[in-house]
Amino acid sequence: MVQQDLDPRGDSVLEVSGVHKSFAGVHALRDVDFALRPAEVHALIGENGAGKSTLIKVITGVYRPDSGTVRLDGRERDFRNPLEAQAAGISTIYQEVNLVPLMSVARNLFLGREPRRFGLVDVGRMNREAAEVLGRYGVDVDVTRPLRTLGLGAQQMVALARAVQIDARVVIMDEPTSSLEPREVETLFSVIRRLKEQGIAVVYVSHRLDELYAICDRVTVMRDGEVVHTGEIAQLERLRLISLMLGREMATVRDKGTTAFDTDRHERQTGRPVLSAEGLTVRHRLHDVSLDIHPGEVVGLGGLLGAGRSETAKAIVGALGTDAGSVEIEGKPLHRRSPAAAIRAGVVMLAEDRKAEGIIPNLSVRENISLAALPRLSRAGVVSQAKQDEVVRLFMERLRIKASGPDQKVSDLSGGNQQKVLLARWLCLNPKVLLLDEPTRGIDVGAKAEVQSIIDELAADGLGVLLISSDLEELIEGSDRVVILKDGHVVGNLDGEDVSEDGLLDALATAPPLSPDDPDLPEQPGPATGPENPGGTPRAGSDPAAAPVKEKQR
Amino acid sequence: MTSLTWTGPALDRARVRRLLQDYGVYAALAVLFVVAVGLDTSFVQMSNIRVQLFQVAPTLLVALGMALVIGTEGIDLSVGAVIALAASVVPLYVGYGMLPALAVSLLLGAVSGAVGGAMVALARIQPIVATLSLMIGVRGLAEIVNGNSAKPVTQSGLLDLGSQSVAGIPEMAWIAGICALLTGLLVRRTTFGRQLVAIGDNRQASRLSGLPVRRVLITVYVISGVLSALAGVLIVGHGAEADPANQGLNMELNAITAVVVGGTPLSGGRVRVLGTVAGALFMQLITAVLTQHNVHTSYTQIVEAAIICFAVYASQERGTR
Repeated sequence: MVQQDLDPRGDSVLEVSGVHKSFAGVHALRDVDFALRPAEVHALIGENGAGKSTLIKVITGVYRPDSGTVRLDGRERDFRNPLEAQAAGISTIYQEVNLVPLMSVARNLFLGREPRRFGLVDVGRMNREAAEVLGRYGVDVDVTRPLRTLGLGAQQMVALARAVQIDARVVIMDEPTSSLEPREVETLFSVIRRLKEQGIAVVYVSHRLDELYAICDRVTVMRDGEVVHTGEIAQLERLRLISLMLGREMATVRDKGTTAFDTDRHERQTGRPVLSAEGLTVRHRLHDVSLDIHPGEVVGLGGLLGAGRSETAKAIVGALGTDAGSVEIEGKPLHRRSPAAAIRAGVVMLAEDRKAEGIIPNLSVRENISLAALPRLSRAGVVSQAKQDEVVRLFMERLRIKASGPDQKVSDLSGGNQQKVLLARWLCLNPKVLLLDEPTRGIDVGAKAEVQSIIDELAADGLGVLLISSDLEELIEGSDRVVILKDGHVVGNLDGEDVSEDGLLDALATAPPLSPDDPDLPEQPGPATGPENPGGTPRAGSDPAAAPVKEKQR
Repeated sequence: MTSLTWTGPALDRARVRRLLQDYGVYAALAVLFVVAVGLDTSFVQMSNIRVQLFQVAPTLLVALGMALVIGTEGIDLSVGAVIALAASVVPLYVGYGMLPALAVSLLLGAVSGAVGGAMVALARIQPIVATLSLMIGVRGLAEIVNGNSAKPVTQSGLLDLGSQSVAGIPEMAWIAGICALLTGLLVRRTTFGRQLVAIGDNRQASRLSGLPVRRVLITVYVISGVLSALAGVLIVGHGAEADPANQGLNMELNAITAVVVGGTPLSGGRVRVLGTVAGALFMQLITAVLTQHNVHTSYTQIVEAAIICFAVYASQERGTR
């Protein structure tokens, strides 16, 4: 029986084959095969919704697959919960460090399997062993201190040490570096190399391509719930990798796309930009991002997940605090930075997360539309019903919002109609600049086309529009100009004929490795000796394993 | 088989729950009234009704402010202490007349509310913690101002306010009724009211929509403080004494009960003013009925506890998308 369960090739520590998983009829995973060899670091990449997280959850026992098998060391396994997977040797380190912040480092490390003496926790032994274990990973900290007093990097290292302690055969890391400083990343890498030496296989999920090329051996690319590529990462060109992720063949330049945008470019009014952002900087997120928006143009903001697109929009309207930078509206600087001030100046943002940052779920369509305009629709603080009804009726008609009436609860509407309600909320303020963060995400095809043609019309009416979209086609066809972000830096500007998929993919692939906190742009080479990075930027090649992770008081 | 038949009743249950949420408190109030009259016809005598109104008026005033605070997903535990503070300054200023005493009391209520609001809106302390500290501190302050013993108040205007009736209804009840009406208009018709509800429903979205979140939050706590102070002055007038050590005790709990029984969800985003009025009346009547039929206070409390549990259970939103 064991024989027939054995993996025919016998070279995989973990093998997922033919896995399907769907939620409420929507396929999250479709016939997914994934094989992990011992002592390899395997990158798992894909855009949002590609199915990475679902696959990880199937492997770690959070979800059970609808069909297909998961084999560990050649034996078919059916994990009913994460604990079973863990006991079998699959450890996971999540994005947010999921330990107990108020407990000591040692206690966290041994949580649930503390060394005991006479039935009580043997604290002395626990602390000794904890210090020893962490020392092996280059983390030199006082193990009796509460975990939360450590820097994030050190916390992550504790999580890693804990994961590996449990006789792990497979370690899954989900975006482990998203909150790390560059040198902490290096320490993490040296730990990963050590895991490899011990024969442990690592699944590495990250959006930072530079890291993938630095540490991974093989790569699996997912898109729309399917595996679209598996192979050696060294043999996969960066450009090819990006095009696989986004689902665009480099060579295929289509004449006409499937979006509802007019193929003609908008007539851009030259001269003074309506919005001009200078040097926006947010620690760990954005570095010196500048962009102009002219009346009547749609400026696309391109880049992969985590490049800082949403952050740029939020920094402009003051929803995200900036460390440096300024925003001018028609030449006048915005002094107070808050969404309210931006709205008064005529800059509005359609937020990406419709549910958390957009709709007021229990209020009616009428109230959701008029929310931001309430002061304008009131006299002496009393809302004028007549004015409110007029505005609401006008915009429900103009944007063709399908609701049983203005009094319907907004959360009862479809995603597309909710999005139109939010657009109406902003448009009734008669703004000068409209920042759209993923305006068509999660809405059906018909509504998507309608929203796209609305964007077109608005630009034609002279509004300045900033368009953020992960839908490459939408971005290319909707924008007159594209500003490309990577790791919080502006790395390119596409204009005119260059606004194409090839141009965008090219710019993304050729941009040099960056970190949002790198003080210098690549065009200005020089010793990287910014205050946040005193020793220069240690890149691949240096051996930071010797250097302990710097503890930081938080 | 069961799985097939299950969907029918489940749908009905959702509708029943909805109806219960929307109209339950009014129906319960009506039933209670009928039962009370059925048990003892003297219940409808004007004298009894006046007694009930005298007792419910301060609770209702406090509950109105509480409903606004709860609508913003907050809570105000300091209301009882503010009543005590308002009561404590009445003997000091009542010598100048009723209005100066009233003005000072309301001002102190506003200041206390502003402090609580600032803690919540600016320092981002959780409302329950912020107002809990305020509750302890303000009660202490009231006892310092007044000393430990009750002081008699004999100013005629104030006593009239607390005991006279106009058109057969106590003045206190008129005041509470007018305040309820104003609160209803505030919530339904004004920019402030709509902003308050939106902030309670989705604060982040409200902030991104440019709503003055901090200003609205602070104002809500100020209103709650002022209404509580008004209730405190009325209590002094009704009892003809200022007793900060005892007046307003447990009032925060009575007010929260009235709001919850009235169908305002603790999760914010909805303020039911008329429901709060009905909730306050309901709790008053049930206590009165039980007391008049010689049920011991201990049992009355247990009944109240059961009602609160049921009201919260009924107000839970289930099966939301």
